[in-house]
Amino acid sequence: MRKILFAASVAFLGLTSQAQEITADEIIDSYFENTGGEELWSDLKGQKMMAEVEAQGMTIPLEIYMMADGKTVTKFEVMGMAMSQDAFDGEVAWSTNFMTMKPELADAEQSENMKRSVGEYPSPLLNYEEKGFSVELQGEEIVEGVECYKIALTKKPQLVNGEEVENVEFYYFDKESSVLIQSEQEIKSGQAAGQTAISLYSDYQEVDGLYFPFSITFKTEESEGQTIEFSEIILNPEVDETIFEFPGTEE
Amino acid sequence: MKIWTTTLILMASLGTSFAQDIAELKGKELFGGLKARHIGPALMSGRISDVQGHPEKSAVIYAGTAGGGVWKSTDGGVLFNPIFDDYCQSIGTIAIDPKDPDNTIWVGTGEIWTRNSTSIGDGIYKTTNGGRSWKKMGLEKSERISSILFDPNDSQTMYVGVLGALWGESEDRGVYKTTDGGATWEKIFYVDENTGCTELIMDPQNPSIMYASFWEHRRTAWSFNSGGTKSALYKSTDGGKTWNKIHNGIPEGKLGRMALAIAPSNSSILYASVEAEDPNKSGMYRSDDAGKSWKQLSKDFGIVVRPFYFSRIVVHPTNPDFVVKAGLFGSVSRDGGRTFSSLGAMHPDIHDIWFDVKDPDKMFVGTDGGLYRSLNQGGTMEIIENMPVSQFYHVAIDNQEPYNIYGGLQDNGSWFGPSRSPGGIEARDWEVIGVGDGFRVYPHPTKPHIMYSEMQGAESVWRYDHKIRQTKEIQPSPQKGDPKLRYNWNAPITTSPNNPDRLYIGSQFVHVSNDMGDTWKRISPDLTTNDPLKLNQAESGGLSIDNSGAENHCTIFTIAESPLDEKVIWAGTDDGNVQITKDGGESWINITEGLFALSDMPKNTWCYHIEASNFDKGTAYAVFDGHTRNDKRPYVFKTSDFGKTWTSLVTDEIYGFTRSIQEDLKNPDILYLGTEFGLYISITGGKNWMKFENNMPSTAVHYIEMHPKTNDLILGTHGRGIIIIDDLSPLREVTNEIITEKVHFMSTPTFYMNEESTFGGTSSEVQFVGMNPPTGARIPYFMAKRHTFGKMTMEIQDLNGNFITSLSPQKQKGLNVVSWDFNMNAPKVASGKTLARGGFFAPRVEAGSYKVVIQKGKEKFETTIKVDYPKNSMFTLAERKLHHETTMKLYKMNEDLAYIVYQIDEQKKYAEELMKSQPKLTKSAQKLIAQLDALKKDLVITTGDNYVGRAENQLREDLGELYATIGSNFGPPTSSQLESVQLLETELNEAQNRFQKIQSAEWKKFMSGVNKMELPTLEIETYEEFTKKN
Repeated sequence: MRKILFAASVAFLGLTSQAQEITADEIIDSYFENTGGEELWSDLKGQKMMAEVEAQGMTIPLEIYMMADGKTVTKFEVMGMAMSQDAFDGEVAWSTNFMTMKPELADAEQSENMKRSVGEYPSPLLNYEEKGFSVELQGEEIVEGVECYKIALTKKPQLVNGEEVENVEFYYFDKESSVLIQSEQEIKSGQAAGQTAISLYSDYQEVDGLYFPFSITFKTEESEGQTIEFSEIILNPEVDETIFEFPGTEE
Repeated sequence: MKIWTTTLILMASLGTSFAQDIAELKGKELFGGLKARHIGPALMSGRISDVQGHPEKSAVIYAGTAGGGVWKSTDGGVLFNPIFDDYCQSIGTIAIDPKDPDNTIWVGTGEIWTRNSTSIGDGIYKTTNGGRSWKKMGLEKSERISSILFDPNDSQTMYVGVLGALWGESEDRGVYKTTDGGATWEKIFYVDENTGCTELIMDPQNPSIMYASFWEHRRTAWSFNSGGTKSALYKSTDGGKTWNKIHNGIPEGKLGRMALAIAPSNSSILYASVEAEDPNKSGMYRSDDAGKSWKQLSKDFGIVVRPFYFSRIVVHPTNPDFVVKAGLFGSVSRDGGRTFSSLGAMHPDIHDIWFDVKDPDKMFVGTDGGLYRSLNQGGTMEIIENMPVSQFYHVAIDNQEPYNIYGGLQDNGSWFGPSRSPGGIEARDWEVIGVGDGFRVYPHPTKPHIMYSEMQGAESVWRYDHKIRQTKEIQPSPQKGDPKLRYNWNAPITTSPNNPDRLYIGSQFVHVSNDMGDTWKRISPDLTTNDPLKLNQAESGGLSIDNSGAENHCTIFTIAESPLDEKVIWAGTDDGNVQITKDGGESWINITEGLFALSDMPKNTWCYHIEASNFDKGTAYAVFDGHTRNDKRPYVFKTSDFGKTWTSLVTDEIYGFTRSIQEDLKNPDILYLGTEFGLYISITGGKNWMKFENNMPSTAVHYIEMHPKTNDLILGTHGRGIIIIDDLSPLREVTNEIITEKVHFMSTPTFYMNEESTFGGTSSEVQFVGMNPPTGARIPYFMAKRHTFGKMTMEIQDLNGNFITSLSPQKQKGLNVVSWDFNMNAPKVASGKTLARGGFFAPRVEAGSYKVVIQKGKEKFETTIKVDYPKNSMFTLAERKLHHETTMKLYKMNEDLAYIVYQIDEQKKYAEELMKSQPKLTKSAQKLIAQLDALKKDLVITTGDNYVGRAENQLREDLGELYATIGSNFGPPTSSQLESVQLLETELNEAQNRFQKIQSAEWKKFMSGVNKMELPTLEIETYEEFTKKN
């Protein structure tokens, strides 16, 4: 406890006194320190999140699992039918088909891109250099009315239609509290290709010493977007590994 | 951990920078949830100035536009997206770093096709991530960048051709070089202050060899000069250190604008289009010895036409004899430039051509009317339909619902289209109501079928009767004793706020008609300076006479009748006069003196717009644009005494020159200012200005209107079509008091529920569709600080505090706008094997008042909003009541059934579990389960899938269908629907009875066994718990 407080205040002082020549690394360090400390973040093995989204007048409760080894799944039930979306078992990505309610593999490229993102948990910014990523401070910008530092993170290239394409994300950190306010990434395929996917982070709450946004809104410049509200985040959960696995297609 | 939270929150508020004064607010701290929406149109697109493709991947194409920024396609030119919105939107050239073609792109701003209406650049920009973010890399004063070249061996070394200023002398032109990737620039070749570099090209085999074309030229508001003794073609063989003229074979005497190109497949072959003093010597020239000598090959019209506008030659990547010249129609030669044919049919005025790198039969062509692609060497062309880069000169609106928007476009006629349309605002929603270049288009204020439009120089002014689709030309012509009438290229027409049949038009005189243009009266003397030196348009153009009307000068440009007094009329001229009459034109006073006394604005600066105040007849705003005098400063003035004295409303916050102003219709302290680089808003009467950047590109805003019913701001942009910012009324309530409040709800009008059909949408996937306004209740609130820590929720409740639905709140510092679609939550429907339609349908609330409640941490903030049925409706209140009652009855029936099924499922699960551990219970459990299963299969579908494999409907599905069908209408159910309700009610009752029967028989029996064994009983949710929504 004391350690965290100390780290936080040091980081904060650092911020105010060196505002002129602040570097991307200092901003990222400050973010981790102010949200619980790099050590705690690095120790995370995974998280289970209970969440809700509003869709077509329905409130759909979600269970989202994200593990340090890259495995992930979003589970939910609509009208008595259990579904898994965006599941990844470390090798293949899959989802439940809404028409048949049966699991189907994502295309090989999506699985490959998921594989490439293994190791990013809990944040691609954490020890980004070890992951082979690079950052650049792009300056200051106001987002959500908040003065922020803008950082570009260049990750490993992604595959889009068989071609390697750059994979850059932008992060906006509140200059005052150091937390992440917004991130952006280019949509790479489909009808919206070329547009920017924006995520807004808010309602930060503490879970076992770490700070998480309990509300995330996904939108584009034109759309109002969709908000996912978290009611509970469980760290290092006990997980039945089979939930990530592709169940295979029934005969 | 509590301390930790407190610390974080304390930290967050330490050194808090939230403004205590509205004058200190920045745009991005205020405008928050107010957002621009783009409605195009894109069907006629706009002027494309430069086209570039990735050097290896034909999927990646960039298009630079005259006023709409840079667009990128990553799918081979099917869909384009803007990637340069935050910066100057006038594009000279785009260049792709050959060493890092995926990521590093350079943009030189400032269109180089120097027509009268062209804009201005402000430097060179670079991205290192394919256009996701940009950095300005200098050359701020270059105004027009024509070329960017890379040393193929070292991308840090670059050469830039700068055409420079169009409207005056400038030393910022010539050839520039950097050896440090743009950190510093050195001017390595310069001719003089009137002569700029229109083309800089490099030998693809040898980067030390470069060629440059220089052009002596000047535009003024009243003339244009292309050509002089300084125009020339140059060659350097030492990386730009020294430059020598290469004129062996090029005509003597003055030269104009010359395009220059090198064959990518043969460095010896060069092409140049020459504008010569002797028209017989103009034309296409070719050199086969790398510029040592030239031969004239063709002087066809297509080659020599308007060199200032069409000077681009592009040579096929592998065939040095296949050459395309930009022009009125575009000319293509397959015999090395000797003979030419036109490119395929497309919008005229071709500016640039790009050959696909992998398949040169495929090409892209940029025109005044958009970007085209061809799959057969330019034989036939198809337009890209998703680039809304249209260039409006003006915009007007009518009073219909939804209101329509009227405006004229550069080289693309006059149009009107709706502000809202089922399925979005599509190409088919727009109608042409004038040809040629379009400018000011007005609806008759009270007769919606009557519209006025014009073409350049008021050559035609049309009154169009939309009902019978007939036109009448009504422009005033000289009467006995009149001199020749001088109309501006963009002649001012305007209607009157006091007399609907009145129409004004300005030449050098103000003309008025009180019968919709049938008869005209001249009500002013010549209000201009009538300077004979500025009236020689017939000699304008330089080496190639170009008397299109674009340089007509000493004309009236803006006319405004006071909404408060029809006798008060203001007029502004392109040569710097502002004149007023207070007696309907009997006498006029030149009120410019007070202006020039106040400001260092040079005399004769173009008065671009006068806005007569809605609040006081002596008050007006005047906006001046000095860029045609090479003066790029903003000029905005206000008078409150009929022009005797003026105050300047210009602050350092305004970047670039100014075009138009709109006074808010309710709050005189709110002003909207259109500049060459975007929209600025003041909420302090012009004491300070904030740039509006929410989905609003830095495009030139030529005219602004505000709608009195919707409080929408409608922008006519010269490069991004029509842009609307919906309902700006929340701005009117921003005061020093409210901006310190945690949450402050702004007042809202009564919201009328939209019952229009959602049919519509005939556009294909590749066509641009403009966004509709949100149709729900827009709930605006201001927050002094962004909500980042702790929970924040938003709910709609009835006046008794009962939950209706939850909304996702915006949490920005500044204004937030949350939209509610008037719906409650969908009912909970029974679990089954399929998705039932009923579960997706949320019923709409009834008209009435509702509470909006924001919970922010422990604090609660609330307001009340009023919701009503639409004014135009085919239903009575009694019918609506029946509709709502029936819908809610079915809603409850869906939930009742869901609860039965829930109990069935729980009991079955419970019995199955117990059966495993307690064999004694097996028999009674099996009986129970059999009964429960038998009942359930009559209630819900238990087999099949959600598509064509679905099984026959059961009660749940029938109930859901009927509920959603009745609910999604707005009027009373049909009698057959009501009968169906009864039928299903009976079925539901039967189900209830069957369930009860199982309860009193099989369940009871099973439970008596359970109880005897003192096993834990089944705990299930009550009906209330089960159906709870929040």
